[in-house]
Amino acid sequence: MKRVVITGAGTINSLGHSVPDTLEAMREGRCGISELEFRDVDRLAIKIGGQVRGFEAEGRFNRQQMSLYDRFTQFTLTAAKEAIDQSGIEFHGELAARSGVVLGTAGGGVSTWDDNYRSVYEDGKNRVHPFVVPKLMNNAAASHVSMEHNLKGPSFTVSTACASSNHAMAQAFQMVRSGAAPTMLTGGSESMLCFGGVKAWEGLRVMSKDACRPFSANRNGMVQGEGAGVFVFEEYEHARARGADILCEVVGFAMSSDASDIVMPSKQGAARAMSGALSDARLSADKVGYINAHGTGTAANDKTECAAVADVFGPHADELMISSTKSMHGHLIGGTGAVELLACIMALRDGVIAPTIGYEEPDPECALDVVPNEAREAKVDVALSNAFAFGGLNAVLALKRV
Amino acid sequence: MSISDRVIAIIAEQAVLEPSDVTPESTLEDLGIDSLGLVESIFAIEEEFDISVPFNANEPSASDFDISNVAKIIAGIEKLVSEKV
Repeated sequence: MKRVVITGAGTINSLGHSVPDTLEAMREGRCGISELEFRDVDRLAIKIGGQVRGFEAEGRFNRQQMSLYDRFTQFTLTAAKEAIDQSGIEFHGELAARSGVVLGTAGGGVSTWDDNYRSVYEDGKNRVHPFVVPKLMNNAAASHVSMEHNLKGPSFTVSTACASSNHAMAQAFQMVRSGAAPTMLTGGSESMLCFGGVKAWEGLRVMSKDACRPFSANRNGMVQGEGAGVFVFEEYEHARARGADILCEVVGFAMSSDASDIVMPSKQGAARAMSGALSDARLSADKVGYINAHGTGTAANDKTECAAVADVFGPHADELMISSTKSMHGHLIGGTGAVELLACIMALRDGVIAPTIGYEEPDPECALDVVPNEAREAKVDVALSNAFAFGGLNAVLALKRV
Repeated sequence: MSISDRVIAIIAEQAVLEPSDVTPESTLEDLGIDSLGLVESIFAIEEEFDISVPFNANEPSASDFDISNVAKIIAGIEKLVSEKV
């Protein structure tokens, strides 16, 4: 078994267009959620989201690339470049042949579907651009990262709704740990903030019209976000040999399935994923200092998650910190675990715990230290990142300070 | 603009060239237009002239539409446009 470390990180989301900008926003407890801006937004009941602003795709990508890159691919390529630049790794020869890309997304090219359905249904056109399929397919982002950076090993896309990124990173972790690949690019991306993407979520009636307030007694639902997070997962000795800056170590993961309901979460399923990640990492529960919660701000998730944490950690549940950064960047659906991993890296590396902002009233069913409203300095040795998806599919990663 | 000029403008844009660099004798290969670029050009031509070009990317040679050079493409488009009712 190899040790696996993270040597590069990249992101774009409503808090920032880079990792430093995003971490600064998290430290300051800034909110990236605001009024949505896109066509037909006035026909939506839900008009807020964590939308990426000021992203000039036309300046980054040429005309041919623009015709092939959906917004979720644009986000992915932007984050992947930052991660690879930071890592300083170059893919050629044997390293390129064995390294790959595993990314998560729930919807893939949602705005490409949306635009083209609009064109043929609403505008009555009978012809669509020839690249609609390669643009919207869920694996488009992973494929373009492989092409852009010469990654010729195992590459694929994982789609498990809100746990997509965590499941993807779990796969990448397994590949590097087992020795199947020396390095993997991994994380995820989502871009559903278009009329059809938000309208679909509206139907579930779990969306908040004003703010995402995880764990707060007056929470009233989730808020969508968009963006990407991409990481370089690298075998420890390989990273050491080239003098790479190690951000943290990935020490374990677990996946579980509730096998009960298509949307309602299960305490047992969440608990099995967390305890499974600890046993995979051979860590006792009392070593965990911080949990990046799934923390969607829905009634169902937050109380179930807190109960699961209490079950897994016992008395230590009151000692550890647990926060939901979705309060700041919104729920990036299939990309969310990737952006949230940044909060774990900040906790381990910088000793700064990202807050749960918008916290207004304690909820007896969420009676944990949720780091309300302001970031906190604390030394953390081990952090967990939770993701519990619709469909009852759970994935938890365990990370350690190096 | 004539049909010829409009077709050349589309092909030139796809090839990232000036229209003056696209001659009737040029082949798509000469212009650096690959199979995806060809499909995109045909889409643009269909949009421009509101026609349907009988081109099958699986087997271009079997299509009832000659793409062997720019002049042949223009002739094919002119025929399709003239047949449009």
